[in-house]
Formats: sequence, C-alpha cells, structure tokens
Amino acid sequence: MISDKEIFETMGMVSSQHLDVRCITMGISLFDCITGSAKDTAAKVYDKITSYAKDLVSVGDKIATMYGVPVVNKRVSVTPVSLVGAASGGYVEIAKAMDRAAAETGIDFIGGYTALVQKGATQKENDFLLTIPEALACTKKVCSSVNVASSRAGINMDAVKLMGEMVKKAAYLTREEDSIGCAKLVVFANAVEDNPFMAGAFHGTGEADKVINVGVSGPGVVKSALEQVDGDLTAVAETVKKTAFKVTRVGQLVAKTAAKMLDAEFGIVDLSLAPTPAIGDSVGRILEEMGLERVGACGTTAALALLNDAVKKGGIMASSHVGGLSGAFIPVSEDIGMIEAATMGALSLEKLEAMTAVCSVGIDMVAIPGDTPAEVISALIADEAAIGVTNHKTTAVRVIPVYGKTVGEEASFGGLLGRAPIMKISGYSPLKFISRGGRIPAPLSSNKN
Amino acid sequence: MNVIISVIGKDRVGIIRDVSTFLADLDVNIVDISQTLMGEYFTMIMRANTEKSSMPIDKLIVALREKGEKVGLDINLRSEEIFNAMHRI
Repeated sequence: MISDKEIFETMGMVSSQHLDVRCITMGISLFDCITGSAKDTAAKVYDKITSYAKDLVSVGDKIATMYGVPVVNKRVSVTPVSLVGAASGGYVEIAKAMDRAAAETGIDFIGGYTALVQKGATQKENDFLLTIPEALACTKKVCSSVNVASSRAGINMDAVKLMGEMVKKAAYLTREEDSIGCAKLVVFANAVEDNPFMAGAFHGTGEADKVINVGVSGPGVVKSALEQVDGDLTAVAETVKKTAFKVTRVGQLVAKTAAKMLDAEFGIVDLSLAPTPAIGDSVGRILEEMGLERVGACGTTAALALLNDAVKKGGIMASSHVGGLSGAFIPVSEDIGMIEAATMGALSLEKLEAMTAVCSVGIDMVAIPGDTPAEVISALIADEAAIGVTNHKTTAVRVIPVYGKTVGEEASFGGLLGRAPIMKISGYSPLKFISRGGRIPAPLSSNKN
Repeated sequence: MNVIISVIGKDRVGIIRDVSTFLADLDVNIVDISQTLMGEYFTMIMRANTEKSSMPIDKLIVALREKGEKVGLDINLRSEEIFNAMHRI
C-alpha cells in the first residue's frame, strides 16, 4: 500500500517542482511515401503523418489528466527527408507538407528534415543541405538536423564547412524573428536515431513503422531533493540517483501507456534532465544548489559530470529501454540559471564547451553576434564534433548568430525556446583550417590518454 | 481502475460528507480513507475504485474537481498507477 507520505511527495513534485513529461514523440517511417514526383511524395507524407498522429495530442492530454502529470509537448519525428526526397528532389515541398500535417494534428514540433553525412554526402544530399535555410524559413514547426561526424567515420569537414554557411543563411532568412530558424537547426556528431527531443529528433532507418519515444524532465524535482541534502558529494550523487529513478518511472509509465493507446511500438525513455525557462526548472540551479556561486565557476564541469552520471545510473533501472540523448541538457536560452550566468558574464562560451565534454548534448541554444563569420561557426561545430567523436558520445551545436544584434543585447524566441543573451565568441580566424575541407580521420580507441 | 483522491480545504463541518456524496453520485467506491488536520486545513487521502462508474476517468477527474470548487475544496483524482510506478519496484 502506498503511504500518504509517498502520495504527498508525488503530488508535490507535480504541483511545486515542475515534474512533467517533456514530450511524447511519435516516430513515423516515411519510406513507403517515396515516389519520383515531388508533389505525390509530399501528399503521401501529409497523409501518413496526419493518419498516424491524428490522436497523438488527445492521447497525450488524456494521459496527462489521468496521471496528473503535464505532458508539455507532443511531437513527431520522421525518416530523414534527405532520403525520402532523394528520388524526387522535392525536399522543400516535403517540409511544407510536414508543417501542414503538424498544424492539422495540433502537435508542437515535427523533426526529421535531416541528413546523415558523417562520412560523405551524395550530390542529392548536398542539394538537400542547401535547402535547409529555406525549409526552416517557410515553415513554423519543422526542425532540421545534420549529422556531420561519428566516432567510426571521423568528421566530414566539407559538411562542417557547409553547415556554418547554412546556419548563417537560416539566421538571415529569419532575421525578423531574432533568427529563430537557427533554433530549429542542430548539427550533430554521433546522432542517435531514437531521440525524442527537438530540434534533433529524426526517425532512424533501423526503427519500426510507428514508435513512441518519451522524454522526461524534472530539474526542479532534483533541485528540491538536493535542498534537503547537507552531506558530502556522495550523498548528493545518491539523492540525484533516487530522484532520477522516480522521475524516469513516470516516463516509463507514460511511454508504455501512450504506446498502447496509440497502437505503436514502445521505443525508449530518454533520461535527459531538460530545463525550461520557468523559475524552478533549471539545470543551472541544480549545479548552484551543489555549492557553486554561479554556473560557469570553476567546479562547474565536475558538478555537471556528477549530475549527468547520477541521472543515468538512477534512470537506467527505472525503464526497460533507455535511449535517445539521456543526460543533462544545458541549453542557455531555455534555462533561467544559465541565462542569468551568461548575462552577468559568469558563464563563457569556452566554459560551456568544456561542460559539453561531460554531459549531453553540446553548445545548445547559444546566441552569438550576428556578424560572426560562417567559418567561425563551422569551427565551433568542428570543436564540438571533435569532443563527441573522441569521447564516443553525442554532441551538437545549435547556435543562433542573431542578425543585427551583438554582445550586450538579447534574443527572444518565446515559449520553450526562451531568451538568450548574445555571448562573446573568439574573433580570431579559423578560415584557412575550415577552407581545407576533407575529413578528420576517426580517432584511435586504444592507448587512451 | 484504482485511484487516489486527495482533498484539501479549510476545515469545516461536513467535508467528508460532501466528498463521499460526490463520489457516490459518480458511482466511485471508496476503499480507504485517511485524514489529518494541518493547521486550519483539512487534508484527506482516499483510495477508491472507479470500475462501477460509467464516466471515463478523464471526465471523472474534471467532474470531481468542479464539484470540489463549488464547496471550497481542492479535489484531485489520479490513477494509482503513477504512485506505484514511482514508489514501488
């Protein structure tokens, strides 16, 4: 029998500590939509998404009511559009069809405007990459991702170079809205095929036809639990583990229930601690609760390593299938602790890069000056990719060179995407390095140092 | 379905009567009750079963919340599954 104390604990997590399920993401395979005609492919894509996901929002809401836990976002991820559209070349038409399907079904985001070019790109894939800025500018809910590196293949520096240019172009095309297009574009190393989180969600080629993946949240719950801990860092780690277990169990329950109600496969639960801009829902605040004056102080990387590891250890037993990105997220614009630290200068881009070596995912939702050259963005992507490839983990870059703005100003995106102070980035040029192109070979996995 | 119902409100005469009447009207069977006074607030946890109720659970939750609001009580009904998931291995 559940005790009253346990009941009140669960209720408190929801009512005052922002426990929520961040997203239920339905992965849908679009391989059977491929035709040689752009118009026909787009029509088939629209029909399949609206048919498979027609009940996604209502089921998400029903589950939220039944368990009393908010389900913040309902999302769809699809087979990489670079593959689905290769035969017809109608990539942007497919993006528009995805956007219409998202509007029709009422979901929050749709991901999968994606290419996987970690080792090399076909001519078709190069064509696709060039369409990304336009696709992001002419749609509202479509998210795009590109995998440019992996631990097995190394880093495709030609793709890295091109993506720096595409980020700049997306920023320009959406300049009226603080370059929001870049908030929906992520460049990966070691991308995963079952990620429920945006902007990087896509439905991998090894996945079933219809799959439910769930991303939990709960930075507020972890912080509240740590407020009661006066002991050493072993006690801190133990508390994070126990809390992560409880949070993940909710995700597992929601994922299984949603999969059953939607007649889909249960894919994975993503253990990531995902913050929101709301007060009391911040990963930065957890690190400060551990004893740092501000995120970005010396000790931040160690504290984050502890947190990330303990979240995984606690969560892994709570779910039958763990996957996705599974770690602590540190998106600057989406986390009030990070926003404050970046604004006051406590948190620099260089420290953020160091932090990404020990957590998921990378330089995420960071606003940089609008006049940052494309090759600097490419070089930042290369640095992050190197961290991911060398450490055998997923890393990513989602930076926003905010058109017309510079250090000291702020970009505002609204909703879960939040707001971001423009951060300083090194002005020294990597132009020659980036212009070389080619591939950085895959790293050695023995003789580690 | 087994459910947990929490009731919180300023203490007064007749809270248990009000809530149990609501539940009886909705054909929800009470299995167990515990209650306590926290300051001037009356807090009650009920375990109940909704099998006899003709209303689907999401409608039941809304109906109960609305009935509670009319008499100054915060009534929440949740599936017991979430508590079991979180606190039992």
